[in-house]
Amino acid sequence: MRSERTTLIAWAFLAPALLYVLAIVAWPLVQTVILSFTDASLRKTTDWVGSANYEKIFNATFATVIVRTFIWTFFSVALKMIIGTCGAVLLNAAVPGRHLFRILIMPPWIVPMAIGIFMWGWMYNGQFGMISGLLQRFGIVDGPVAWLAYGNTAFWATIVTDVWIGVPLVTIYFLAAIQAIPKDLYEAAWTDGAGRWYRFRRITLPMMVPAIITMSMLSLIATFNSFDIIWILTQGGPNGATTTMIIDTYHTAIGSRKYGEGAARAVVICIFLSLFSLAYFRVTRRLQPEAAK
Amino acid sequence: MSTTESATDGPPPDVTAAAEEAPMPAARQATKPSRADTTALIDRYAWHELLAIYAGVFVFLFFLLAPFIEGFLVSLKPLSQLFSSPYRFIPENASFAAYVTMWESVPGFARFIFNSIFISSVATIIVLLVVVPAAYAFARFDFKGAGLVLGGFLAVNMFSGAVLIIPLFRLMRSLGILNTYAAMIVPGVAFLIPSAIWLLRTYMIRIPKELHEAAYMDGAGYLYTLRRVILPIAMPGIIVVAITTFIGAYAQQFIFALTFNSKTEFMPLPVGLFAFFGKQEVVWNELMAASFVGIAPALIVIFFLQRYLVGGLTAGAVKQ
Repeated sequence: MRSERTTLIAWAFLAPALLYVLAIVAWPLVQTVILSFTDASLRKTTDWVGSANYEKIFNATFATVIVRTFIWTFFSVALKMIIGTCGAVLLNAAVPGRHLFRILIMPPWIVPMAIGIFMWGWMYNGQFGMISGLLQRFGIVDGPVAWLAYGNTAFWATIVTDVWIGVPLVTIYFLAAIQAIPKDLYEAAWTDGAGRWYRFRRITLPMMVPAIITMSMLSLIATFNSFDIIWILTQGGPNGATTTMIIDTYHTAIGSRKYGEGAARAVVICIFLSLFSLAYFRVTRRLQPEAAK
Repeated sequence: MSTTESATDGPPPDVTAAAEEAPMPAARQATKPSRADTTALIDRYAWHELLAIYAGVFVFLFFLLAPFIEGFLVSLKPLSQLFSSPYRFIPENASFAAYVTMWESVPGFARFIFNSIFISSVATIIVLLVVVPAAYAFARFDFKGAGLVLGGFLAVNMFSGAVLIIPLFRLMRSLGILNTYAAMIVPGVAFLIPSAIWLLRTYMIRIPKELHEAAYMDGAGYLYTLRRVILPIAMPGIIVVAITTFIGAYAQQFIFALTFNSKTEFMPLPVGLFAFFGKQEVVWNELMAASFVGIAPALIVIFFLQRYLVGGLTAGAVKQ
C-alpha cells in the first residue's frame, strides 16, 4: 500500500525532468525516423516516399563518408587514449608542482569549445600561424604550409584539434584510475626489486585496462558526434575531405533544407550510435565485478 | 629504465648498510620500513628521471596550452607585425591596444558576452528546477523502474544535438521561437539535465535516510521535507551542480545558436565571433583579444573551483 503510494510520489518528482527530456530528445528521435520516410522540405506539404531516401543516399559517396568518419574517429580516439595515458602517468609522478600541472591541463576542456577552435584556426594559418611559422624557422618545411587548405592535412588538423579538446577529460579520468590502484601492489613489487618501467608495465597498465576500455567507448561515442571542430575549421572541406557523417547530415538538412534525406542520414548515425552504446553497456557491466574488487 | 636502475630509487644508504652482503630484495625486506617510508622511497626519483618527467610534462602542457599562448601573443601584436614574415613567436612592441580597440571594431561584443552569460544563467536555473526533485526521487525512493530511467537519462548523452537538428529545428519553428533566446536555451537544457541528475543524486544519496523518515513521522509532506530538510543539507551539492551546469552551458553554445538564431543581437559569444572570423578582413589581434576576454570567466573559475569541477564534470560521463 505504502510502497505503491511512494512510487507514485517518486514519479511525480521525476516528471518534470523526464517529460523535458522526452519532449526534446526522445520525441525528436522518433520524428527523425518518421521524417526519413518522407520528402519533407521547406514546402508546406509532405508526402510518404517509402524507402526512397535510403535508396538515394546509399551510394559510393555516402560509403566514402562512412569510411572517412570511422577512420577519423578511430585515430582521434586512439590518440586521446595514448596521450591521455602518458599524461596521467606524468601527472601522477610525485614531483613538486604536480598540483599546478593538474590545473593547467584543464583549459581546453573548460573554455567555450568554439573559441579554442578559433585559436587553432589561427595556428593552422599558413602565412602567419604558429605551426607553419615555427616549422619554417627550424627549417623543417621550405615554404608556408596552409594546413586547412589541403584535404590530407586538413583531415589530420581536425583530428589534432579534436584530440586537444578530448585529452584533459581522458587524462583526469585515467589519473583517478591510477590513484585507485592499491599501493600494496607497488610496495610488494618494489620490495622484490622491480624497477619503475617494470612496475608500470606489470601493475599500472593492466590495472588501468578497465578504465581505458570504458573511456575509449565513451570517447568513441562523443567523437562520432563531433561537429563544432570540423564545422568551424573547414565546414567539411576542402573538397569534402573532412566531411564526416554529422557534417554531411548538417549540410543536407540545414544547408540544402532536404529534411527527409537529412533525416535518413541521421538515422544511419543513430544506428551506429546505438550499437556503440549497446557495446558500452555490455562491456561496462562485464567490467563492474572486477572494478568492485 | 631497467630493473638494474631500481637501485637508484631504492632505500637510502644508511638503511641498507645493515645488510650490505645480502642481495638487494632481501635487504629491503630485512629492514622492513614502515608504510609511509616505503611510499616515500618508491616516490624518490633520480635526477635523470626527474628531468624526463619534467620534460614530458612540459611537452604535454605545451600541446594543451599552445593555442592559448599563441592566441594571447597574437592579441598583443600590432596588426602590421602580425602579417609580416618571417614568423616571430614573441611579439615586438607588445601592447594591450587591441583590448581597448576591440570594443569598437567588434560591434556588439559586449552584447555577445551578455548573451552568453544570460543564456547560460537561464539554462542553469531551468536545469536546477527540474533536476532537484528528480535527484531527490532517485536518492530517496526505491521504486520500480528507477534503474531503467536512470540509465535512460544516461543514454541522452549518446546523442548530440547535431543528430536531432532537423526535428528540433521544426519544433522550434512550430513553437514560434526561432531567432529568440528561447531557441538557444530550450534544446540546450535537455542535454544538460542527465549529467546534473547523476551528479546531484550522488550527493543526495549520502543524506541519511533517517532524516527523511524523522520528518515524515512528524507529519511533514514530501514537498515540505524536500524544501525544508533536504535542500539546506544538499546546498553544497546543488551549488556544485549549478557551477558545472553553467560551465557546460557556457562551453557548448554553438550548434543550436548557429542553427536556430540568425539575429546578431541574440548571438552568444562563440557564434558572434564566428561570424567575424568568416569575413574578408579579419582583425586577428582584436579577435584574439576578444576571445581572451570571452574565456576569462572560465579560466578564473578553473583556478578557484577546480577541485569541485573535476568531480562534477566527470560524474555525468562515467557511471559511478
